[in-house]
Amino acid sequence: MLTNATIKERLEKHFEGRLTGFEEPYGMLSFEAPKELNLKVLQFLYDDEEMRFQFLTDLTAVHYPNQPGRELAVVYHLHNMRDNVRIRFKVFTDIAQPDIFTATKLYEAANWMERETFDFFGVHFTGHPNLKRILNVDEMDYFPLRKEYPLEDQTRTDKDDEMFGRG
Amino acid sequence: MVDMPDGYTGEGFFATKLSDVVGLARKNSLWPLPFATSCCGIEFMATMASHYDLARFGAERLGFSPRQCDLLMVIGTIAKKMGPIVKQVYLQMAEPRWVMAVGACASSGGIFDSYSVLQGIDQVVPVDVYVPGCPPRPEGILDGFMRIQDLVGQESVRRRSGERYKELMQSYGIE
Repeated sequence: MLTNATIKERLEKHFEGRLTGFEEPYGMLSFEAPKELNLKVLQFLYDDEEMRFQFLTDLTAVHYPNQPGRELAVVYHLHNMRDNVRIRFKVFTDIAQPDIFTATKLYEAANWMERETFDFFGVHFTGHPNLKRILNVDEMDYFPLRKEYPLEDQTRTDKDDEMFGRG
Repeated sequence: MVDMPDGYTGEGFFATKLSDVVGLARKNSLWPLPFATSCCGIEFMATMASHYDLARFGAERLGFSPRQCDLLMVIGTIAKKMGPIVKQVYLQMAEPRWVMAVGACASSGGIFDSYSVLQGIDQVVPVDVYVPGCPPRPEGILDGFMRIQDLVGQESVRRRSGERYKELMQSYGIE
């Protein structure tokens, strides 16, 4: 049976302590990796005979505006279907240069999810075969889920501020 | 039965304005095209069904091809990405055509004051009647439909070839 302790031990041994922030909220092993290592970690978790994390459940990003130099976190959720174990890890990147290696070579599912993450957070997935907007209109020139904007559409002209007590 | 339009009646003849007759025929045989995207669409289904019975107003047949329909009923939230499709459907309809925005979202974006939602379909197509409500009750939709009927019945046969109408179309980028 694959336990969190085994996974953690194998990861720490293989990556020689370059992975940090191990924790187990609600029993799910989570950790942080340096962003240049994201593919190596995924590849190891995919290929290793014991790990076998061959299903990418989710890939998304989080914006932390108050962490200078590591504003954007890309989150990978992986599933080992044979042992039914799930893990999660994050890589952080500077918002000024949000380049992350694409996982599309390893997981086909990453294609859609990386496009979505690019669409909403502006994370640039280096090597993605078709990195363009997927859910929003093509003309959009900003990344709507970054915490940089007031909730309302700033281009509006029809709703007067005075109607909302802000005039 | 609908009321007769004003006119002169004599023995064996009745004379009236062509626009009145055309209006009478049009308003009592509208073919609506329901463009239903969300919860307002459920209310519209009730409007069509036996209890509220939209067919009473001569709109027995809902068309699902814009080329056959006179009345575009946009019922529900229209995302910005859907905007060009609403416009395309409108352009595929033959003149004369009318548009009804049903519900707060179609009329103004409603509660979705957001980057992804079109703030009222009148940004992409001209609208004749707005039905408020979130969602409007079937009575509201029927009231909106009757107001469309009033517009249709009173419309001058020359309206659509006039300068004002052309200007309106041009303001939406439609030639």
